[in-house]
Amino acid sequence: MKRQLPFVLVFIFGLFMMFQYFVPHEISEWIYEFLLDWIVIIGIFALALGLWSLFRVSVDKIKMRKDNWGYSYITLAGLFVMVAFGFTHRVADAWGLYFIWILLSLLCLGSLMQLRAATNSRQKKMYFASALILLILSTLVAVFDDTWRFYFYTAEGLENSMFRAFFDYILLPILSTMFALLAFFIASAAYRAFRARNVLATLLLLAALLVMIRFNPWIQGDEAWASKASNWLMNVPNLAAQRAIVIGIGLGIVATALKVILGIERGYMGKG
Amino acid sequence: MNRSTYILTAIVVLLFIVSWTLKAVSLSGEVDDNITRGFLITISAFLTLAIFSFLYKDNPFYKFAEHLFVGVSAAFWMCQGFWSTLVGNLFPRLSEGLSNFFMVPYQYSPYNITYWIPVILGLLLLMRLSSKAGWLSRWPLAFIVGTTAGLNFIRYLRSDFVVQVSSTFVPLLGNESHPWTGIGDFFSHLSLSASGQFMMILANWIIFLGVICGLIYFFFSKEHKGVFGFASRIGIWVLMITFGASFGYTVMGRISLLVGRLTFLFRDWLEIIS
Repeated sequence: MKRQLPFVLVFIFGLFMMFQYFVPHEISEWIYEFLLDWIVIIGIFALALGLWSLFRVSVDKIKMRKDNWGYSYITLAGLFVMVAFGFTHRVADAWGLYFIWILLSLLCLGSLMQLRAATNSRQKKMYFASALILLILSTLVAVFDDTWRFYFYTAEGLENSMFRAFFDYILLPILSTMFALLAFFIASAAYRAFRARNVLATLLLLAALLVMIRFNPWIQGDEAWASKASNWLMNVPNLAAQRAIVIGIGLGIVATALKVILGIERGYMGKG
Repeated sequence: MNRSTYILTAIVVLLFIVSWTLKAVSLSGEVDDNITRGFLITISAFLTLAIFSFLYKDNPFYKFAEHLFVGVSAAFWMCQGFWSTLVGNLFPRLSEGLSNFFMVPYQYSPYNITYWIPVILGLLLLMRLSSKAGWLSRWPLAFIVGTTAGLNFIRYLRSDFVVQVSSTFVPLLGNESHPWTGIGDFFSHLSLSASGQFMMILANWIIFLGVICGLIYFFFSKEHKGVFGFASRIGIWVLMITFGASFGYTVMGRISLLVGRLTFLFRDWLEIIS
């Protein structure tokens, strides 16, 4: 029951998804659409599971005073603030005491974390008292400040300008800077790799240079020789090798999928 | 953290406050919420610099930005998932009461009851948190793995195999736009134009042979000797051109991101360039 039933489920659903493609009937397509919806819905529960794991790992790190435990506060603060933005919305012209409420709630959360990590009773009492006071204060602010409101029943939270602002001014800059950072490491790797030591290295060097010259702002226009040569390189020899790689990957995925459906590959099930 | 780190952190905090103040003042005539906007632009600039500081070495500022990113992005996707998938699509199909509570229009269908199945499977997935009932989480996992495997089987067989093979096996001497009308015609209209017959035939040959040779290079069940070895060597040449082109493309992509970040720093934050 613990291991056999999951294999049976994998086999049935895998086989159905394989064969539904060959049965263009209304019912088959209807079930197919339903199953795709189900995957998305279950995925949201998986997201909640991941979020809980992140929370627990961060809390445990603080409690156990593991290496770099202090940064877990940053993770938890970011998590809390973004969730708070996602479920609140400004209803007046000004923010009022909204950010004070955010700060008080963050301090309350911090006190609770410290309470869990405290080792002696004096510390525990101190953190408990501070958490309680901060909780009361933040509750009072939430109740009496009518410039903003909680939204647990409509998606107004997503309309919160701060929710969007944190995406635009925190998430996107960090993400794009992390990728931009790779430009330096790639340049360093290129310095080592781009040496015309033999025919193969020379081919690599020439192909890369040609593609990079294509993006040079001084060589503009579709009629430029660099543009023509680069386009030909991308559309002909590059396409040939990409196709060979894609065919290899495709066959690998198909073989793995078949192994999973037939129960030969069972690694996803874990131990126990 | 040692003493110098504390001093450096204090300096950075001070610089942040100064920058925030200056930015808020400079935005005062342009936008209504200049203090909030100033804070956001300043924090964005400092986070950008914090990530760039990794070029020197791993440091507390980089770690700060990294941990903040993890927390904020997890919460962002949770909120998006909750409001768009659960409230937007699932609850209106589950029950009228839930739809009314979340103020979304109820979408009646006699088959709506089937949407309770993924909810139950999703709840079973949460059983992973329990040490005793953790094995129940394998059922939803099996559903996802099975469905995805079946889906991928067909999808990749079509897009990565059948379509690629059929696109490779094309007429090598002519096609609908340039039908083969004989060797005399071919040489009399010979040109190096990209849209000409010669270049089209050359491209088809290179693609056809390149794919075959590339596949031979990845075929390890036979020793790469003789004709097979020669084809394999051609294959690695074609692959090296691809790796070079991909490398160049990636470098330029990253450089364009870098230019974007530097533009933000010098234009939006420091206002040095216009």
